Amino acid sequence: MSESTEPIVRNSSADRDRAGVQPLLELRDLDTDIALRRGTVHALDGVSFEVMPGETLGVVGESGSGKTMTALSIMGLLPQGGQVTGGQILFEGRDLRSLAADEVRRIRGVRMGMVFQDPLTSLNPTMRIGVQVAEPLRVHEKVGKAEARERAIEILRRVGMPRPDRIVDNYPHELSGGMRQRVAIAMALVCSPRLLIADEPTTALDVTTQRQILELIDDLREEFGMAVILVTHDLGVIAGRADRVAVMYAGRVVETAATGELFRSPRHRYTEALMEALPESAIREAGEHARLYSIPGLPPDLSRPLTGCRFAPRCRHVTDECRTTEVTLSPGTHQHACLHPVPAASAGPVTLPAPARIEAEPAPEPAAPPTGPDGPAATPVLSVRSLVKDYAAHGRGLLRRDAGQVSAVADVSFEVAPGETFGLVGESGCGKSTVGRLAVGLERPTAGQIVLDGTDIAGLTGRERRRMHRRVQLMFQDSYAAMNPRMRVDAILAEPLEIQKVGDGAARRARIASLLDQVGLSRRVLERYPHEFSGGQLQRIGLARSLALQPRLIVGDEPVSALDVSIQAQVLNLMKDLQRELGLAYVFISHDLSVVDYMADRIGVMYLGKLVEIGPAREVVRAARHPYTQALIDAVPSITPNPAAARDGITIRGELPSAMNPPTGCRFRTRCPLAQEICETEPPLAGDRHQVACHFPLRPESSAASAEAGAAA
Amino acid sequence: MTTLSEAAHPGTAPEPADASEAPVRGLWRQGLVVFCENRLALVGLGLFILLAGLCFLGPVFYHTDQVHTDLSAVHLAPGEQGHPLGTDGVGYDQLGRLMLGGQTSIIVGLAAGILATAVGTIWGAVAGFVGGWADAAMMRVVDAMMSIPSLFLFMLLAAIVTPSVPMLIVIIGAFAWLGPARLVRGEALTLRSREYVQAMRGMGGTGGRAVRRHIVPNAIGTVIVNATFQVADAILYVAYLSFLGLGVPPPAANWGGMLSDGLADTYSGHWWLLYPPGIAIILIVLAFNFIGDGLRDAFEVRLRRR
Repeated sequence: MSESTEPIVRNSSADRDRAGVQPLLELRDLDTDIALRRGTVHALDGVSFEVMPGETLGVVGESGSGKTMTALSIMGLLPQGGQVTGGQILFEGRDLRSLAADEVRRIRGVRMGMVFQDPLTSLNPTMRIGVQVAEPLRVHEKVGKAEARERAIEILRRVGMPRPDRIVDNYPHELSGGMRQRVAIAMALVCSPRLLIADEPTTALDVTTQRQILELIDDLREEFGMAVILVTHDLGVIAGRADRVAVMYAGRVVETAATGELFRSPRHRYTEALMEALPESAIREAGEHARLYSIPGLPPDLSRPLTGCRFAPRCRHVTDECRTTEVTLSPGTHQHACLHPVPAASAGPVTLPAPARIEAEPAPEPAAPPTGPDGPAATPVLSVRSLVKDYAAHGRGLLRRDAGQVSAVADVSFEVAPGETFGLVGESGCGKSTVGRLAVGLERPTAGQIVLDGTDIAGLTGRERRRMHRRVQLMFQDSYAAMNPRMRVDAILAEPLEIQKVGDGAARRARIASLLDQVGLSRRVLERYPHEFSGGQLQRIGLARSLALQPRLIVGDEPVSALDVSIQAQVLNLMKDLQRELGLAYVFISHDLSVVDYMADRIGVMYLGKLVEIGPAREVVRAARHPYTQALIDAVPSITPNPAAARDGITIRGELPSAMNPPTGCRFRTRCPLAQEICETEPPLAGDRHQVACHFPLRPESSAASAEAGAAA
Repeated sequence: MTTLSEAAHPGTAPEPADASEAPVRGLWRQGLVVFCENRLALVGLGLFILLAGLCFLGPVFYHTDQVHTDLSAVHLAPGEQGHPLGTDGVGYDQLGRLMLGGQTSIIVGLAAGILATAVGTIWGAVAGFVGGWADAAMMRVVDAMMSIPSLFLFMLLAAIVTPSVPMLIVIIGAFAWLGPARLVRGEALTLRSREYVQAMRGMGGTGGRAVRRHIVPNAIGTVIVNATFQVADAILYVAYLSFLGLGVPPPAANWGGMLSDGLADTYSGHWWLLYPPGIAIILIVLAFNFIGDGLRDAFEVRLRRR
């Protein structure tokens, strides 16, 4: 094998000339197969790309595109049955596939580091942080215990851990998600690797924490002079952080280019479609009530032999040639594998005008949805007044000692008009899901009123309470978890009708059939089980089930957060269509501001159990009045590459305070850059249509025009 | 490993509209198909039918006197005087006795096993689902009963009441349900917080429905596997009781009792008294285990293909 590496290295001399240096990592026609019980999945098919020293390469793609498999192939961490079957992994010019096992292990252990998606499961819960961080040192450098501890503290300090000398003796469960991810990064960096592979490092984190972690990776890259492969599904994350991007689809790289160029003028039709499917671009291009472009169908099944362009079955510009011809990456610096590429953009940027939030257009009284979104003219479907929910925190055991109260929701009031979409935004732990569960009657409030359609649900008992559930339904984030895996779809859809004793067997079957039509599924799905469906289909079935009782309000708890961008667009469009047809009202709960911005008529922003800002969607997002809202908006990664904006704006530091004893007064004051003494008293929710609970609102409540002037940040 | 599972998913999205009119197939048929795919399960089922046929239909064709002893034909070796499996110490025909004993063993084993499983499953599911004080109280009852040596109680009960087949079923069932109750309660504890149970509550469903439609069906794998052991255990319990002289009184017979009687003859060379009941017990226990395996697959909807 050693002689075969020679010519390859020489082959890549062209690239070397281009950049002046040898690539740190180069993949050449990498094939990876995974043997499963039902056959072999060809997870990677001829993947080639290179990473220069000190460069950040973004690898982006939807689930099943092979982006994680690429990372795992490089690290040699393929799952059971997985094997690299062809191609080369050249690291500093040497093929990892032809080196001795010992050598490879050393290279992978010392010269490369990897950070996984979920910091909760990538750390061993029974090992102290320090021991865990120093483990690579103990293995590869045979360092003594005392020195290992010293170096663990040192590296923890460099990843920005507060009090690293104390943290080393903690266990993972004592740290928050963001802190745990810092530990995972420290662990990857402790041997000073040349290459850091970060596989969805921030997907499990909140946006404000995500921003901190991404900035940390950026800073460390410069400090250590290492290269980074950033694997993610989030185009926004890539846009702000990567030097170059490789877009993957169905086990192949379909396009690679410098980041700015890729986002300015994507060439491959898949990349183009992916960007159009983002809610962000729909708002930017056609105003907030435009339909999203959704890529039809599903990614191909990689266990079958495929010919031609793999995106062909879902492509708008497909020709017969696409289905039969194998397309390879075009030469040059902007490579794409498309027979009918998007025409290269001329000087004027066509796709991307200025950043979204600056163009606060003077809206000529927006084409309002059927019922006035702002005024409580009609009787609201849902009216929540001074809602409070405390959970008793107690230890286990027979004599449970009272350990205090967790204040999940504190004095929240809002109304939802018929046919309106009310968006509820906030980071994890802010109580938004609890509000949703309270609204559908899954939990009982500690205090406050929930009025559904004019009736206070607290007073209902027995049959009336059961009937109340007809009017409001919950839609879950993970529809698979929300469906009994042992029930077929026909039973799943019939269940609400059975519980509410609606109609007889025949009537129920007819109702189910019409539900399937509404969500665009064929009747064949009835005899299938939930595990046979993809995420998007499951979300449709979940929506059909929510609709079965003809509710007036659907509370969606992160209904699209688990879906890929193209599938997310399908579900969002469906939700909007159904709202128009059936006059539904939605409470749309999400952590993702861009999705809420697209869906909602009005938005409420929650922080630590309190509603800090509430108002018409456009005004909240374009002209936020609360510093927390602004920080949230600034932290959302946008596909508009705008490095300047990424570093400015309000950045919040630190961690969410414990809800067990929340800060007095304004709960945000511990992290607020504008906080002063007066913030120790609680600010009331003040304002007319666009209310804010802040002593120092960023902007006065007014038209959009004056909003720009008051950019306090 | 989302990437993997996603990739492994067969593409099921757009389907031709004309196919949508196909009739929806029944649940049981799909289950039956999976059961039949498990070869061992079919072997087990065949074995069970064979043994049950032998015990229940055999006496119709092969008449023997299992009431009167015949001391003139004691310990005859197989084949002698028209006794295919010989005779035992009091002159009963061994083959006929095997059939008669099998009836008792199969009836008691099946009935006690099913009774114990049913009671235990419901008890455990309710305790686990309701939780709190009810759970604590219900499970302490189970713990208390488990702490009493069952053999001691069997002896006590058998001394009070005259052992008969229905009595044996109740006695064995009354103690064997503790195991499944614990197992199912553990399952129910994790199942009750699943989102699909919450979704059902959001539709206005009651606790009873949650236990019936969601908790028990999802614990079925555990229940079925446990049930096959329960059946096998019950057959052995009958054997213990008979060994202690507390089983069904003679001239009624059961395999366990025949085996323990045969043990006494081990060293006198009367192998035909020992091996047939022993092999019969092994075969029936194996059959139940195979069937249980197949049933678990049949209930495991993820294995269903089309």
